[in-house]
Amino acid sequence: MDLTTLTYIAVGLSFALYIGIAIWAKASTTGEFYVAGSGVNPVVNGMATAADWMSAASFISMAGLIAFLGYGGSVYLMGWTGGYCLLAMLLAPYLRKYGKFTVPEFIGDRFYSKTARIVAVVCLIFISFTYVAGQMRGVGIVFSRFLEVDILTGLIIGMSIVFVYAVLGGMKGVTYTQVAQYCVLIVAYTVPAIFIAFQLTGNPIPQLAFGSTVNGTGEFMLDRLNQVVTDLGFLEYTTTSKSTIDIFAITLALMVGTAGLPHVIVRFFTVPKVRDARSSAGWALVFIAILYTTAPAVGAMARLNLTQTVQTGPVGAEDGNLVFEQRPDWMKRWESTGLLSFDDKNGDGKIQYYNDANAEFAAKAEQYGWKGNELKVDNDIMVLANPEIAQLPNWVIALVAAGGIAAALSTAAGLLLVISSSISHDLLKSTFTPDMTEKQELLTGRIAAAVAIGIAGYLGYNPPGFVAQVVAFAFGLAAASLFPVIIMGIFSKKINREGAIAGMLTGLVFTMGYIIAYKGVFIAPILPNTAEYWLFGISPEGIGAVGMVLNFAVAFAVSKVTAEPPQRIQEMVEHIRVPKGAGAAVDH
Amino acid sequence: MDDKSGAEYWRRNVKLVLTLLVIWFVVSYGFGILFVDALNTITFAGFQLGFWFAQQGSIYVFAILIFVYVRQMNKLDREFNVREDE
Repeated sequence: MDLTTLTYIAVGLSFALYIGIAIWAKASTTGEFYVAGSGVNPVVNGMATAADWMSAASFISMAGLIAFLGYGGSVYLMGWTGGYCLLAMLLAPYLRKYGKFTVPEFIGDRFYSKTARIVAVVCLIFISFTYVAGQMRGVGIVFSRFLEVDILTGLIIGMSIVFVYAVLGGMKGVTYTQVAQYCVLIVAYTVPAIFIAFQLTGNPIPQLAFGSTVNGTGEFMLDRLNQVVTDLGFLEYTTTSKSTIDIFAITLALMVGTAGLPHVIVRFFTVPKVRDARSSAGWALVFIAILYTTAPAVGAMARLNLTQTVQTGPVGAEDGNLVFEQRPDWMKRWESTGLLSFDDKNGDGKIQYYNDANAEFAAKAEQYGWKGNELKVDNDIMVLANPEIAQLPNWVIALVAAGGIAAALSTAAGLLLVISSSISHDLLKSTFTPDMTEKQELLTGRIAAAVAIGIAGYLGYNPPGFVAQVVAFAFGLAAASLFPVIIMGIFSKKINREGAIAGMLTGLVFTMGYIIAYKGVFIAPILPNTAEYWLFGISPEGIGAVGMVLNFAVAFAVSKVTAEPPQRIQEMVEHIRVPKGAGAAVDH
Repeated sequence: MDDKSGAEYWRRNVKLVLTLLVIWFVVSYGFGILFVDALNTITFAGFQLGFWFAQQGSIYVFAILIFVYVRQMNKLDREFNVREDE
């Protein structure tokens, strides 16, 4: 069977599975629509959280990013996993105890303020839409490469599937489809990794192959990789050009941002008990770690494979480079997508791939008769092309396509759901039209989800120029706005309404202003985005960490000089700190 | 539960979380970032140690920390009789 047919079968079967689950898990109450009736087993919720969390970026882009960043890619590995410790220990159990439907609802109640709640809704909607546009783009890319349909058709198919299970099933439908999507994506990710690890090192476990010797030599893979890339003028794989403070700040912003993302937090509202919320975060991290510890191995192996494919012999030797006409088929296929390109600058018909920005090496390359780097490879190719590079059977490639779509759809659905619940529950039900019946609220939630899907699809098809730059936004804003106020709401009884609102706004405005100043979103950047212009040498990606500190500081200072929270709020805080049921903690 | 044991429960909870977060900080920000160059001079099984902590080890430790937390908190809940009904 040819690749396209197989891909249609794999993707089609996975879609049939998701729709089947949606029909089985249709939500009939607002409780089921918002939080799956709080009846989800903690291990199952952990798996759903993992799929919810791992987006198209984790599945498609991350290993490729690491392949080209080397040690510098560690910020994503630590940053996107370490936040689960914060979630498990500082947020999830207490928010579960509080037992409501949305994150802004907690913030509004704890800080006895509708303003605080609306500020939180604004942060949430901004963060979530930023994120969802990227997911829809990912769906479009996978469809256009593997199913050979245009991006618009791909998007419409993807949106229809999400529509069916998010609008019908609500959180209940989303939860159980996410479990299925996790299974699809993790198999799709690990199978090629295992094959490649075995081919390269003889050890089938990628995490171990990462530290094994290359087949037929006594040389460790990472040593070989360092050698091969430095020979071509690139930075040693296990080092980075980023400053320590920047690495520190980016990792912190990503960790704290993870713990402040509404679509992740809300997953812990779906388990029955406080102790389930704690263990569920642990399970989520185990399921995430399977992919996140495989990814750096995939990145390193892909970089080594790619470099050795192009640099077939000693650097500078007459026959040391790949002859263009003899390039492997996968290169030809990816050229048609524009994600891989070759430009024969010195007209020798061979591909030279090296770091021409390195002045010292560029001088050496001149002597070889090289006239600049001739190969451009997009980060996103690495995972998708991996099975082709390793010459794996077609069914593995089809599986990877289904996995990429699963990763994008599961995250998109989770995001769309928090957007719709914020609109129907936080804005309409609680602020503007409080006399809605449950049935009307449920209908509003469904309509809001449908509208949000439409907007997300539009953003995916017409990505505003800044989509690639706004990832820093989503994490920076979550880190600087939502995370600190939730933590302070639980761990301090003295933080009041004024402090929380001032803190959130400070974090939000500072982080947003800094990112816009260097990256420019609706306007041209005001300052050049280079280290000498950055505050303390921290890049816009890491500035959320500073925004978070400012949020804490301002909230403490303002709370000190304004009236204490009312007694009932202080009692409520004591109540959420203890797992046992209602009344136990306030029973003086 | 009276106020006194409530305060004691919370104090023990915060202490446990702080202890675990110190480890969390040391393996990632410490071993993986601040002291990465020093640790990279040590190699084992084909890895430079600092690099391994940054790309593998810290993630394993994070997962273990959460399960230690779950276990210790369940114990604490029972001790103070604040566990939710089975």
